[in-house]
Amino acid sequence: MSEQTEKLAKLREQARQIRRHIVSMLGEAGSGHPGGSLSAADIVTALYFDVMRINPQNPDWPERDRFVLSKGHAAPLLYAALAERGYFPVENLRTLRRLGSPLQGHPDMRKVPGVEMSTGSLGQGLSAANGMAIAGKLDGKDYRVFVLLGDGEIEEGQVWEAAMAAAHYKLDNVTAFLDYNGLQIDGPIDVVMSAEPLADKWRAFGWDVQEIDGHDMEQILSAIARARETQGKPGIIIARTVKGKGVSFMENEVSWHGSAPKPEQVEKALADL
Amino acid sequence: MTKKIATRDAYGAALVELGQKNPAVVVLDADLSKSTKTYNFGQKYPNRFFNIGIAEQNMMGTAAGLASAGKIAFASTFAVFATGRVYDQIRNSIAYPRLNVKIGATHAGLTVGEDGASHQSIEDIALMRCLPNMTVFVPADSVETRAAVLAAAEFEGPVYIRLGRSEVPVLHDEANFHFVPGRAIKLREGKDAAIIACGIMVSAALEAAEQLANQGVSVQVLDVHTIKPLDVEAVVEAARTTGAVVTAEEHSINGGLGGAVAEALVENYPVIMRRVGVRDTFGESGKPQELLEKYGLTAPDLVRAVHEVLQRKVRGK
Ligand SMILES: Cc1ncc(C[n+]2csc(CCOP(=O)(O)OP(=O)(O)O)c2C)c(N)n1
Ligand SMILES: [Mg+2]
Repeated sequence: MSEQTEKLAKLREQARQIRRHIVSMLGEAGSGHPGGSLSAADIVTALYFDVMRINPQNPDWPERDRFVLSKGHAAPLLYAALAERGYFPVENLRTLRRLGSPLQGHPDMRKVPGVEMSTGSLGQGLSAANGMAIAGKLDGKDYRVFVLLGDGEIEEGQVWEAAMAAAHYKLDNVTAFLDYNGLQIDGPIDVVMSAEPLADKWRAFGWDVQEIDGHDMEQILSAIARARETQGKPGIIIARTVKGKGVSFMENEVSWHGSAPKPEQVEKALADL
Repeated sequence: MTKKIATRDAYGAALVELGQKNPAVVVLDADLSKSTKTYNFGQKYPNRFFNIGIAEQNMMGTAAGLASAGKIAFASTFAVFATGRVYDQIRNSIAYPRLNVKIGATHAGLTVGEDGASHQSIEDIALMRCLPNMTVFVPADSVETRAAVLAAAEFEGPVYIRLGRSEVPVLHDEANFHFVPGRAIKLREGKDAAIIACGIMVSAALEAAEQLANQGVSVQVLDVHTIKPLDVEAVVEAARTTGAVVTAEEHSINGGLGGAVAEALVENYPVIMRRVGVRDTFGESGKPQELLEKYGLTAPDLVRAVHEVLQRKVRGK
């Protein structure tokens, strides 16, 4: 096996492990958001296990790359990645959404090491990412800022304010991912609020746009590599994904946006994974 | 005649001073920099100044990101747009994560004047005051403004600084001024009643106290430059000494200084009280002075309010 093949296989296995955590912790918690956590699992795995320059022993390291989970309801995904990466013990994942747990329903940067921004109210993460990116440029630091947006989330006007500003300030240290799973809470994106042509919109706002399969680890990595090379403008990777990816009965099912699996469903889901 | 300076001018000057002292200070604005006076900072420190355009939500979020990376981020626009327009951004991206963002909100209150109700923020203190982690400063003059801006940069955490458009009398002596966040300043001793005021109403309170003194009524004046955390001790002290309290603010009587003082007194030392402020109505276009008169925010209004509480004190209710 070549080095690259081996790396991809490892990342895929890591993503599978993270998906298993997501299902288990949501089952344990009895509430939460599986669909959008599972759809972005491959992207977030690539970031935390291959791409980002981070140090879990020193989560506030000033030179670190940042990841902002703008779609904060995918908190289980972020927590699973952070735990697997060593920011806190994996056992703690079981405390998700419990009274007194640092693992709040939506990420709290003051409670969990490695969480870069408190999110949950949609549409705000890209603005924060811009601020981090501007600070990096001011300080002559070469860290990069990654941000994950939902395809429903971008209906928020603030996202486009931030998109305009990122291009204006030439924030080529910002890379956004759009988790294009086609679903929001009330149904398919194009039924609730037409977003297409999405790539054209971002391009028109001055961004470098790439379109990939968001479950193809190789495509994810090469898109990030290209985003690194792009100078003078921010980049967005529009990732086609499947909501609920990996769990047969959750895939493309809008009802699995915000409901947790029951014990027997957890069993079934884990069997799929 | 006393010198008059708008608190927004003092804000602009204080930012420039701060920028010199502290390289971590960055300033953001939303296409109002000439009015909010952040323009001066932008001229002096162009690479630490960010015009975000007419996009207040993004401005607040960007300020949060800058703060998370170690900057002291001052974000400015008119008070209406700096609070209500971006309430959720302040709540979720700044106050909840306790980020080091200082909101310099100018053109607060009725004295915006001719622009009318859409631009007259009369509920911003209430909105900011009920957010956990938020400190709320309402400076009375230019001296207090400078001190509040410098103090805000000294501690970690979100701050709302309420500033005005119109020139107001300079009440404090720069050379001997001592500003402690959360500590009210007693500007005048008195035993019959107390006027507890903030912002531009502090000078009206002093004027009213002078007029009342001429009528033989002794009135204490308390300058509450910090609405949150409120100096409960000073407020209770004033109530205990006088037994009759009037609050004065260029803000709705609901939820602002009057609300804060009422809450503190009801729980600690209930006395006869009257809130002077905008009485649950929007403003309108007019000259600042005309508006203050029409909406009952002048020294004579405070004199009347003091007489009213004194009568009630005598009647015992
Ligand atoms: C400002 C705001 N409005 C509404 C919500 C409630 N909400 C949570 S998730 C969601 C749908 C998000 O859809 P999408 O961005 O497509 O997320 P994904 O499909 O990746 O889960 C909504 C409306 C929210 N969290 N924030
Ligand atoms: Mg979606």
